[in-house]
Amino acid sequence: MYEVLDKKIINEITKMLVVQAPDIARVCKPGQFVMIRINETGERFPLTVADFDRKKGTVTITFQEVGKSTRLLGSLNVGDKIMDFVGPLGKPSPSDKVFGTIVAIGGGCGSAIVYPVARAFKEAGNTLITINGARTMDLLIYREELESISDEFYETTDDGTCGTHGFVTTVLGDLIKQGRKIDLVFAVGPVPMMKFVAKTTEEAKIHTMVSLNSIMVDGTGMCGACRVSVDGQMKFACVDGPEFDGHKVDFDELMARLNAYVDQEAVSNEKWASEHGGAE
Amino acid sequence: MTNKEKKAAPKGKGKPPTKKAAPKRKRKPPTKKIPMPEQDAKKRSHNFDEVALGYTAKQAKAEAAKCIQCRNPKCISGCPVEVDIKGFVLLVAEGKFMEAAAMIKETNSLPAICGRVCPQETQCEATCIYGIRNEPIAIGRLERFVSDYARLHGEPLPELPDKIGKKIAVIGAGPAGLTCAGDLTNMGYDVTIYEAFHKPGGVLIYGIPEFRLPKDVVMAEVEFLEKLGVEIKYNHVIGKIRTISELMEEDGFNSVFIGSGAGAPNFMRIAGMNLINVFSANEFLTRVNLMKAYKFPEYDTPVKVGKRIAIIGGGNVAMDAARTSLRLGAEAMIVYRRAREQLPARLEEVHHAEEEGVDFNFLVNPIEVLGDEKGSVIGMKCIRMELGEPDDSGRRRPVPIEGSEFDLDVDMVIVAIGNSPNPIIPESTPGLKISRWGTIEINEETGMTDVSGVFAGGDIVTGAATVISAMGAGKRAARGIHDFLNK
Repeated sequence: MYEVLDKKIINEITKMLVVQAPDIARVCKPGQFVMIRINETGERFPLTVADFDRKKGTVTITFQEVGKSTRLLGSLNVGDKIMDFVGPLGKPSPSDKVFGTIVAIGGGCGSAIVYPVARAFKEAGNTLITINGARTMDLLIYREELESISDEFYETTDDGTCGTHGFVTTVLGDLIKQGRKIDLVFAVGPVPMMKFVAKTTEEAKIHTMVSLNSIMVDGTGMCGACRVSVDGQMKFACVDGPEFDGHKVDFDELMARLNAYVDQEAVSNEKWASEHGGAE
Repeated sequence: MTNKEKKAAPKGKGKPPTKKAAPKRKRKPPTKKIPMPEQDAKKRSHNFDEVALGYTAKQAKAEAAKCIQCRNPKCISGCPVEVDIKGFVLLVAEGKFMEAAAMIKETNSLPAICGRVCPQETQCEATCIYGIRNEPIAIGRLERFVSDYARLHGEPLPELPDKIGKKIAVIGAGPAGLTCAGDLTNMGYDVTIYEAFHKPGGVLIYGIPEFRLPKDVVMAEVEFLEKLGVEIKYNHVIGKIRTISELMEEDGFNSVFIGSGAGAPNFMRIAGMNLINVFSANEFLTRVNLMKAYKFPEYDTPVKVGKRIAIIGGGNVAMDAARTSLRLGAEAMIVYRRAREQLPARLEEVHHAEEEGVDFNFLVNPIEVLGDEKGSVIGMKCIRMELGEPDDSGRRRPVPIEGSEFDLDVDMVIVAIGNSPNPIIPESTPGLKISRWGTIEINEETGMTDVSGVFAGGDIVTGAATVISAMGAGKRAARGIHDFLNK
């Protein structure tokens, strides 16, 4: 059992939990993920770690409540326990390497995942430009954290309530047009966002990495649920990823696969709502 | 031959009366195994309860009484975990069921499992001398009976030797790891198993369905090992949370056994493999077995169930996936590129699948899974095959018949064409010798890898094989570890 030591409600749909998991915190690296099963009847699902503290022995997860399992997770309070917490899984980001100038892009909840990777890139000696995007100002997260580690910091909202009115690709496109020297783009967010980031950087041939959050059952290479086409090859996001070359990922296939269980998710959501209320 | 046959005269009572007519030689007709009571096929194809119901005490005694107690029995050499078959069968015939169970457990930590899923027909029963003229003694059914009997009647713990004071780490709580752990504990070692999942058993839990191997049976066998002193740490993916060298150098383990299995599912190299209603058998079975998706939404894990499901492959896993599909309400059809005679699945499994209504398509090979614009499966393009010249495995190679393409009307596909070794341990353990198939190479005799003190066995060494061969490898490695630590 893994105890929740701290909890932060970041906004209406985004929660952060600090979980006691010293063995994982000891070796966790930016970009890796954990598999979670909350209770005996729970499903196993992956969350990329938002932070870790080796000294305190904690792993931080930040997530949006989108389905039954994330709602249940968001309903946990300090002192509650998570039944299974497995990790660190997947390959770490190459965030200890010096590329030069890196543009780190977080969309929605993806900003939480971008944070530890971007911080490590900065600590390794890279110049860090960060673009933090969301639908609207209330959904922008990790604003201070990201700003504090960035050499340049931009924010965008779809509705213009904060920062640039538009998408993260609006700012990214401008930076490219200005002829800025960019050595690497690292983007985490909704699949359409990552797809368009990759499209934006393709012509300029800027190496672009994305972190995928595929459906997984075990997270250790055993089920193949997370398979994704990368450069026409079948890869498993759990053991070959979760980070891949954004120019080679088949995002449309990924999106279809992420939607495979929408009907069942709706059933679970309704059940949760009828038992707990408050759901959409 | 004739001598043996004469000797084979049954000792048991209550045999069918011999014919009165005086033939040249007095020979009784060959006997058959006492049939195993089973759930009716129609009924069981809609439930997850166990298919085979097990012998009664009376049936077990009668079956065991047929054993001729050969002076030089061959059955034992057919058993990868060296069960004293002759000895335990005699105890069954005498009605000493608890003693029989204890005798099996001396060499086999998982008898209730072996009695259910071992391919006895190619092992102990294949070499049974009584079986030369008759159907062999039903050793598997007897093993199952006594271990079930002992479990229900409260098995006493055996006396263990004094602790040696040496620690062994076992990676993976599957058949190989559990066997290795059991044997080492019986020798007096302190054993800790590291398991990636939240439950023990490996393929016994996530792969083999409830109706063939009830999970209570697996859990009981594991709990018995825990009572003997085996410690199991769940949620530990070795190679990620700790490495093997950390286990040896920092955690003070004297030796490590790798039994991480062949967990990575193979897919076909054809178009449409990533459509959303195409699943590996591993995923489908794990959702249903380990995660209990058949109880969705009481359990949170969902599983897709099509109306018509094609299962690609002809092994036991394909049969399990097909029979599970039926139980979830689908029509299930096996698509196998070779002929019926070449099916790698156990005859019993094929027979059960057919009884329950699984449809078999032989000499058919998929060439493309067809999908709609949403990525859902709407059919599977196949080609008919014929048998050509024998290939490396000695089986006649299936070759496509030109122009015989046709579309199979299915809305879901399960791929059950085998598994490759899981890459996590090989990638994270420097010094291991890895074959081009990704398996770990070992010294066949000792089970030791190229890293001193690190042993391996089971599917991670052989590639996907059977539960019992993995158990045999776990046993061999336990002996290898003991020899290594007592050099």
